[in-house]
Amino acid sequence: MAALLVVLLAFPFAVGVVSYLVPVRVSKVLAPVSGAVAFALSIALVPAVLTHGHITAGSELRVDSLSVVFLIATSFLYLATAIFSAGYLHLDSGPAGARYGRRFYAGLNVFCWAMLAAPLVSGLALLWVAIEVTTVVSALLVAIDDTETATEAAWKYVLIASMGLGISLLATIVLYYAGTSVFGAGYDLSYAKMLAAGHHLPPEVLRLAFVLAVLGYGTKMGLVPVHTWLPDAHSEAPTPVSALLSGALLATSFYAILRYYQITAAAIGSVFPRNVLLVFGLASLLLAALYLLRQRDIKRMLAYSSIEHMGVLAIGVSFGVTLAFIGVLLHVLAHAAAKGTAFFGAGSVVRKFGTKDMALVRGGVGALPWSGSMLVAAVLALSAMPPFGLFRSEFLIVSGGLSDPRYAVAAVLVVLVTLAFVGLGWSTTQTMLTTGPADAALAAAPHATPHTPHAPHAPHAPHAAVVSSRVRKGEVSPWIVLAMALGIAALVLLGVHLPADLSRLLDHAAHELRTP
Amino acid sequence: MPVHVPSTTAGVEDVVAVLVLLTEFAMLRGPLLRSQVRLYAFQSLAVSVLAVVVAATRHLADIYALAGLSFVLKVVIVPAVMTRLLRDVDVDLAGSSKLGVASSMLVALAVSVFGFFAVGSLHVHSSLLPSTTLAVASAVVLVAFVLIVLRSDVVSQAMGFFSLENGVSIAGLVIAAGLPLVVETTFLFDLLVAVVAFGIIIRVHHGRSRTLSTDELDRLRG
Repeated sequence: MAALLVVLLAFPFAVGVVSYLVPVRVSKVLAPVSGAVAFALSIALVPAVLTHGHITAGSELRVDSLSVVFLIATSFLYLATAIFSAGYLHLDSGPAGARYGRRFYAGLNVFCWAMLAAPLVSGLALLWVAIEVTTVVSALLVAIDDTETATEAAWKYVLIASMGLGISLLATIVLYYAGTSVFGAGYDLSYAKMLAAGHHLPPEVLRLAFVLAVLGYGTKMGLVPVHTWLPDAHSEAPTPVSALLSGALLATSFYAILRYYQITAAAIGSVFPRNVLLVFGLASLLLAALYLLRQRDIKRMLAYSSIEHMGVLAIGVSFGVTLAFIGVLLHVLAHAAAKGTAFFGAGSVVRKFGTKDMALVRGGVGALPWSGSMLVAAVLALSAMPPFGLFRSEFLIVSGGLSDPRYAVAAVLVVLVTLAFVGLGWSTTQTMLTTGPADAALAAAPHATPHTPHAPHAPHAPHAAVVSSRVRKGEVSPWIVLAMALGIAALVLLGVHLPADLSRLLDHAAHELRTP
Repeated sequence: MPVHVPSTTAGVEDVVAVLVLLTEFAMLRGPLLRSQVRLYAFQSLAVSVLAVVVAATRHLADIYALAGLSFVLKVVIVPAVMTRLLRDVDVDLAGSSKLGVASSMLVALAVSVFGFFAVGSLHVHSSLLPSTTLAVASAVVLVAFVLIVLRSDVVSQAMGFFSLENGVSIAGLVIAAGLPLVVETTFLFDLLVAVVAFGIIIRVHHGRSRTLSTDELDRLRG
């Protein structure tokens, strides 16, 4: 079993290095293979952690149920994104295109490697290193398109996220200091050890470490008010990178916060860390829901939806009951699938219509019968509609919240999530479900595109007709459809029939979080 | 309140830490980009000296190795990379600060006093560790934030981040000196990778807009 961990750690990195050396057509195959291997290995870990509790390899690698949940989410998205990339990338045949492809695939694989490494390592210092590596690699991937806006987004991202990680490095050091009172001056800072130390750790120091950790890792997770890099980076990055940033990277940072939560709760009780997360969670949910109401850029809209979901996760943890923890972990899995699929759909729309401005896109489902419909389904999933996984997870979180004496928070959660649904749903249906160029008559007479007099962006409607009229019906690539179908299938599976082992895994992980 | 007389070692550590803080103020004031890089090199030198002091007084042999590594990376390589970048882009003046020199000094002073007393009031100390150094380290981090916020060019902002890392290093040296060498080394290499990434993005930005100013970077909103 220990060998599995080593392979999971080594394989994606090796593929990343190889991708830089071989022609792009080879990388196009290698990346999905690597994603599939990572996903299969993560799944293979499930029965082992269920029977043994945790698996270690050497002193540096250790996984328990909680880590495996995040490994599954990341590796699934790795696989889906690698498939999507094969259809999404349109490279010039010249040397510039080849260089772009080599850099892109090397970056993509190394980025996924770093995100997989974070839940694999046992040391909190190495966890910090893994997350810092994700920042560096993904910032370069955000900048890869070499446009003015991409450069701006990459600069804001690398600067703000690095500052946040500076804070979380301070958190790591302060936590190490807290441990010196139990373990002496020199020891390995692993979370298992800190959990075992429990209430022997000095409470004041732990409070400081936890707040610093939430502020620092929260910057990368996209918690308000330290989220400001997120919409820019998500909207300007190449779409496969946006999907990974949103579905996997934010979750990886959340994983780091959960580890600090565990340690702090074991040492000083869960009231303090829960209150901290509640404040950040509510702020994130509120701000994201309001911004969702007035978004025109499709990728920015999905970025704000990520902030919303990270807020839901933070609030879910703040409820502090097992039911809500199960919901939170299921939410991580389902959000990875839903946000990935939604970004793939957005990428398909952007390739088809040549714009991210939703006011200029009409008749999306008409033009893209498969990926358009699946984009609508993914957005419905993101709004927590049944039969998708996010419905089940948010239902669990809210039920957990209602059992808490502070049930008002659960009510606020429901209201704000509904507000976000209005924003997401309105923009998407306006874009995708309107009649557009698919109607032959309208394609012939673009300016006659009907739009309701109350359309929110009525002044732009003529442009919408112009853009849409140039578009022909048909998918951009079958690979995009395949990647999206994978995501939708996962969402339905999580929502309708949770596999028994997965359900037990979530149960286990939730109980790990509940440790007094 | 009992009078607490610091030992000589603690005194030396505090003096070096304060030196780092003063360098941070000098960076906030320096009008030339080259002088920023030089001040950063000096600050890193102070941090390396602090590492030697910590290694000598606490008899931690592996901290010597860390001090050497930190010297090579932060005093030699990082400034060399940044100087080369500055030579290539041929820009000397740092972007104008959003506040005047006097006002930004006052802001930095207020912020560092806040950091010093906020951390001091937490009573994070033990028999072998001086608490004042942690307070000074947090003041360095906060002044680095002021520097990043007030400066409007990419090189100054990057140098601000690197000096923020110096502040965290002091805290690490003084309160977590026992952290295994492997981990400390990984931190440093991580910094090196970050420097390369910052450098690449700075080059891309300069290549596109022919300036180092961040005033151009305001297209993405909402």
